[in-house]
Amino acid sequence: MTKFFKDYSREKLDKVLEKIGVKNVEELYSDVPDSIKIKGEVNLPKALDEIEVEEYFEKVLGKNIVHDEVLTFLGAGLPPHYVPAAVEAIVSRSEFYTAYTPYQPEISQGILQALFEYQSMVCELTGMDVANSSMYDWATGAAEALRMALRVKGKKKVLVGENIGPERKSVIRTYLEPLECDVLEVSYDSVSGRIDLVDLENKVKDSCALYIENPNFFGIIEKDALKMADIIHNEGGIFIVGIDPISLGLLKPPGEYGADIVVGEGQSLGGWLNFGGPSLGIFACKGDMTLVRQMPGRIIGMTTDLSGERRAFTMVLQTREQHIRREQATSNICTNEALMAVATVAYLALLGSRGLRKLAVEIFERAHYACRRLSEVKNVIAPYFSGEFYQEFTLKLIGGDINKFFNRVVDKKIIPGVILTRYFPKLDNVLLSCFTEVHTIEDIERLVETFKEVMA
Amino acid sequence: MFRQARWNEPLLNELSKEEDNFEKVKLEGLPDEVIREKLDIPNLTEKRVIRHFMRLSQMNFGVDFGTYPLGSCTMKYNPKICERIVSNPKLKMLHPLQPQETCQGILQILYELAQCLVEITGAYKASLVPSAGAHGEFVGALMVRSAIKDKGELDTRREMIIPDSAHGTNPASAAMAGFRIVKVPSNSEGLVDIEALKGVVGKRTAGIMLTVPNTLGLFEKNILEIVSIVKEAGGYTYYDGANLNALIGKVRPGDMGFDIIHLNLHKTFATPHGGGGPGSGPVCASKEVEEYLPVPLIEFDGRKYYLEYNRPKSIGLVKGFYGNISVLVKAYAYIRLLGSKGLRNTSERAVVNSNYLLSLLDKRFYEVPYGTSMPRKHEFVVSVGKALREKGVSAKDIAKALIDYGVHAPTIYFPLIVQEALMIEPTETEEFEEIEEYARILNEIAYRAYSDPEWVKGTPYNTSVERIDEAKASHPRTMCLNWKNLKKV
Repeated sequence: MTKFFKDYSREKLDKVLEKIGVKNVEELYSDVPDSIKIKGEVNLPKALDEIEVEEYFEKVLGKNIVHDEVLTFLGAGLPPHYVPAAVEAIVSRSEFYTAYTPYQPEISQGILQALFEYQSMVCELTGMDVANSSMYDWATGAAEALRMALRVKGKKKVLVGENIGPERKSVIRTYLEPLECDVLEVSYDSVSGRIDLVDLENKVKDSCALYIENPNFFGIIEKDALKMADIIHNEGGIFIVGIDPISLGLLKPPGEYGADIVVGEGQSLGGWLNFGGPSLGIFACKGDMTLVRQMPGRIIGMTTDLSGERRAFTMVLQTREQHIRREQATSNICTNEALMAVATVAYLALLGSRGLRKLAVEIFERAHYACRRLSEVKNVIAPYFSGEFYQEFTLKLIGGDINKFFNRVVDKKIIPGVILTRYFPKLDNVLLSCFTEVHTIEDIERLVETFKEVMA
Repeated sequence: MFRQARWNEPLLNELSKEEDNFEKVKLEGLPDEVIREKLDIPNLTEKRVIRHFMRLSQMNFGVDFGTYPLGSCTMKYNPKICERIVSNPKLKMLHPLQPQETCQGILQILYELAQCLVEITGAYKASLVPSAGAHGEFVGALMVRSAIKDKGELDTRREMIIPDSAHGTNPASAAMAGFRIVKVPSNSEGLVDIEALKGVVGKRTAGIMLTVPNTLGLFEKNILEIVSIVKEAGGYTYYDGANLNALIGKVRPGDMGFDIIHLNLHKTFATPHGGGGPGSGPVCASKEVEEYLPVPLIEFDGRKYYLEYNRPKSIGLVKGFYGNISVLVKAYAYIRLLGSKGLRNTSERAVVNSNYLLSLLDKRFYEVPYGTSMPRKHEFVVSVGKALREKGVSAKDIAKALIDYGVHAPTIYFPLIVQEALMIEPTETEEFEEIEEYARILNEIAYRAYSDPEWVKGTPYNTSVERIDEAKASHPRTMCLNWKNLKKV
């Protein structure tokens, strides 16, 4: 049985109450109007012992069907990745996980150094100069990046790729709605799946930012990103790029093709899928101080103790933040995803540059193997878009009904991907599938065989 | 005696002396011009990485190590069983886009949690998506905005009323949602000044954001009048639940008449703070405004649980997927462990602890501002302004002295309406003996502030580093935000 607080004798309790100067506990609530005080009990399930609680959650969570019973090829913003045991050993240290925001830096150097290293790793990975110590997730990071661009530039129009993650697109719209600005979508090319540069040229006038994702939601590499950077920069706007961090073990960092702000999802760098959260919003920008001063979120800096002799870490540029600047703050964010950032820096430290390159190459090769094999299935076009892809690609079924097909594959204990029609109505019978290091060649062969069976 | 570890642990990139670049690759299907050529991340052994982070962990302080009475942050003990429950592979390996019939277990748990939160707050419906308190506030402010827009009043109702004692996130969240902030002052009792409130409400009022108990740890005894003043003016009422740990099972925000309420599961419901996050800030809404809640909601049709997106008046999505799920699961496990009686006992003990600690302090040094005769709730605020005037010892000095004793400092310099404030929230999980010890330390520091002020101003001595040069840290010439800057300096 979990003991949450100590049972004291009536005597001790009375002594404490006497010291406080009240006769009973109820007197401490004498300022709560009687009319609204709860008379009986709040209607909650009855309390359980620790062992019963464990059994209950085992039983209910047991209804979920996961990896060992069903093979899944789902990515769509959250690709599955292996979590090294050492990452778990690190984030399960309660010196880290039972602490809070390091408001007293002298007693919190551990997490501060880890977060400083996280920021440094993010900068190295993305080719940026300054990273914050985390946002809630990729979507809120992208939305805050656009809000930041609107603050810096003072214009009323932003552009986002039509081929970015649909959830991120929705979150961006929610976050930007109060700013009463225009959020325009730049179409993708219906053959390659990449951003249509002509459409971008046509829409760019008076825009203060362009947000694209690379690889985009269809898994395709935006190899013309440098041209997009030029187009938005010529208009005086800010180029914001959303990334998959592991892809940067193989792909050019956005800093090398003109990005001013980079955002992305860090959850799968040392975090489990967990039905989508806790997530980790990666957020970094160029060293230009007009940008840095408008950044949302906490930033950790390196300094020394007052004697100047010993290295030390602390939160910096706090005058941007809500607890000081209140309604003038760059964002309202306070609690962030610090422990996920610790997992990420641990993960990257364990892999190193060579491990990350090897992993990204392995993912690329596995996805391309899968694509080749699936393209051999009759009435399947893989990839559907012609653009070069990284770990995800689109497949089109010729004839038949995608929903029926999908359900029949699920009956064979395989979740083959995400049906894109839900997000992109004009994409009829198209599926988005994801392949990473967690998928073996046998898994891929099983997928191919199942497709063949179901298509037959 | 407390003595924190002092490892001279280098930065990760300093642990590797060799060139950390990787080999060039050529891959079929990938144009050369998109391939990365350089990546400077150290290549270390697992053992070295482990030693690095274990050493860092020894230079950090959490609730598991000592009293951590950070005001308004509710640093209570985090039961270990909750951690074990979320290590279940049936949760860890679950992808959010799996067909919903394969996710019935987690959907059931989230549905049941939402039901509990609705009961606890006296609201009608809850969204579990917001990832932190401030995220919940922003969601709430957007809901107010949508409700006003629906009434066709967005052109006029642009003002959010916020007391001067509020957390900084309230004005920041309301401003993000497009509102102008109207500050309402506290009266001599530390409560919302009713006359001043009457003076600012009107046709321009969108709503009020109120933290109850407030940041002085005081319950707004005129709460029903405040709510009705704002509602009569046509505004909405938002309850910031950051301080709800004082009131569970005693009184419900919904019964006070609030339209929108956020909770901080990482505070009130004992999920660990993670060194700054992840948290979780569910938003509960009354029947009148529930249609504006963000999507998706989790519903049950009597046979299966499902994610409901079809809510035309919703403010939309506010985050990818459905929330910080494992945090939500831990909070639900905590609720199931305690039940309604246990939760009420929790609040009562939190309030007893806070008042007990206050009663033990030397009031000549720790002066109580506002409403001195009123009982505090889960936290209280004292001022050390006198020590600053007489001995040059500030709230910051007191905080640094505290950590030298191996206990954490309270929140300092907050709320802004109190000079040299210490905001102390011991929570229910500290024992009376620990409360007494914390009081003893505070009183000893008070004594030393007069007998040996230089000692106090020089603290801390026993932590991993001594007093930090904060000015250097944020000065444009010396600022160092990543290890690349370091190489240049």
